[in-house]
Amino acid sequence: MPKRKLFSWAAVVVSVSEFHFGRSSRMSDALTFLDAGDCGLTVELGEAVDEATNALVIALDKALAAQDIPGIVEMVPTYRSLSILFDPVVIPKQVLRERVLAVWPPDAAARGGFRRWTIPVLYGGEAGEDLEEVARQHGLTPEEVINLHAGAEYRVYMIGFAPGFAYLGGLPEKLHTSRRTDPRLQIPPSSISIGGKQAAICPPLPVPSGWHLLGRTPVRTYDPARKEPFLLSAGDRIRFRPVSAQLYREMARAAEAGDVVAEVETIDG
Amino acid sequence: MADHLVVLDPGTLSTIQDFGRYGLQRFGISAAGALDPMAMRIANALVGNSPGEAVVEFTLSGGSLRVEADLCRIAVAGAEMPLAIDGAPAEPYRAHDLARGSILTIGFARTGMRAYLAVGGGFAIEPVLGSRSTHLRTGLGGIDGTPLRAGSVMPLRDPTPIGPPLILSADRRPDQAGPVRVVMGPQADAFTAEGIATFLGSPYTVTTKTDRMGCQLDGPAIAHRDGFNIVSDGIVNGSIQVPGHGRPIILLADRQTTGGYPKIATIVSADLAKIGQARIGQVIRFEAISAEAAERLAIAFAAQGDMIRDNLDLAGAGISTERLLAVNLIGGVVSAQPGPADETPDGSP
Repeated sequence: MPKRKLFSWAAVVVSVSEFHFGRSSRMSDALTFLDAGDCGLTVELGEAVDEATNALVIALDKALAAQDIPGIVEMVPTYRSLSILFDPVVIPKQVLRERVLAVWPPDAAARGGFRRWTIPVLYGGEAGEDLEEVARQHGLTPEEVINLHAGAEYRVYMIGFAPGFAYLGGLPEKLHTSRRTDPRLQIPPSSISIGGKQAAICPPLPVPSGWHLLGRTPVRTYDPARKEPFLLSAGDRIRFRPVSAQLYREMARAAEAGDVVAEVETIDG
Repeated sequence: MADHLVVLDPGTLSTIQDFGRYGLQRFGISAAGALDPMAMRIANALVGNSPGEAVVEFTLSGGSLRVEADLCRIAVAGAEMPLAIDGAPAEPYRAHDLARGSILTIGFARTGMRAYLAVGGGFAIEPVLGSRSTHLRTGLGGIDGTPLRAGSVMPLRDPTPIGPPLILSADRRPDQAGPVRVVMGPQADAFTAEGIATFLGSPYTVTTKTDRMGCQLDGPAIAHRDGFNIVSDGIVNGSIQVPGHGRPIILLADRQTTGGYPKIATIVSADLAKIGQARIGQVIRFEAISAEAAERLAIAFAAQGDMIRDNLDLAGAGISTERLLAVNLIGGVVSAQPGPADETPDGSP
């Protein structure tokens, strides 16, 4: 059985960033509609990679999903925009624009809760072959890199590029690392990596990457055979927990059998 | 063993497709689905299937299949691949009832790139995450998430033909002539005025880098305004991104879901099949239309798809008076582009 901790902390836990966000002046900022053909409308809420913008994207996604608007085929939240794929036979683009404006700015309820995942990681060695090089570049020991990486809380800005590939914001500045000059054509499945100011959890698929590999997780963020094929969503929070090679192997076996092997807390807004 | 088709020769690249898998782009999975959905719908209509029943998409050539059912109704539509049943030439855009042991051969395309095989009753394949479409990069859908191979078995649900076989007459088949119409944006402002003029005024050639994910074009470089990196955002079917080298890449059904190159324009849904049917070396020209015009076009295109059944005739029955009248009244309703008749079918020079 998946290990789950479901908390209802109500207003007890409000992270600093959420608190700040709730008062952000961005609320009144204008949104921009961009045409993405006859079946696509991109709602752009900013141009920067930052938490406030991304939080607005996610809140707008939730607010629109709650409306259950006929003709919306799917919505794709990204760093700073929400792509809406729609059927123009069912909903004219102008009507869709009005429906978006009707929920803008998204109210506090839509911004409220989030999930926090704790993702086990086997750092270094074969599992994370760039750990020592990253440490060397920053004048740190590998243990210090692990402590920094596992000591931070991250935000899933978006899932993209490949199934279940999670782009994370919140990498400590001391670990900001330029991308590799020689990208790998294929990295080990479920790698935990960093690149530039970002971090990632890779899916259990061989993907190309120019980011630095710190470790691997037994967690399968994507498994089409599992009851819940996708674990992570944009807006989720992530913490990493170092695990031993033996625990990693045990968890990997359980994960292959369909277990989620990550802990999750649901935190109400 | 239950009724099935067995693949003798899989052709160049043959996959099971339907309308695609929606709702998962937010998790990194693009829809996949037939690259020429109208041709898929026609093939399905000819055998009495619902429009989005799973079909086989052939690329350039289809190879051969053997029927392992008492009687099985099939039809092929799309690119002009010569068909043969047990060695005898057979018409495309027409339903054929094949007996057990019959061998259907789908030859190399004379024009176009992709053809669709529908089987009456459809394939007995379980949907994966809501669709039977094969998404090759992730190994989802179809038969084991892979292209068909020699020996692949495609189980059939109920291939028993119902009613007489139907045909779509030649004058009502879609063609892919004319420019590829686009709506500018979402990031047209990332390009200079000259860059946009280059894009809309130059011929672009389909390169060898073309597949179900995307179609890379060669031609005059399109100038960016400043830099060619944007913060990654969502990509739709038909997005035209322009990386640093300035040459456009059209992203298709199996595309990556997000990307960080500016997208100069998006192909209208009615013209996506022109790219799906474009061959290596073919020249493409783009024409910008307004978002409003594109919306009207999309609605008309959907209506064309809904009218396919009304445009079918009984095979071998000749043309009825009603049909002739209908041709005059609603001529070209199936054609995605009722353009000038003197252009070559695939728009090639």
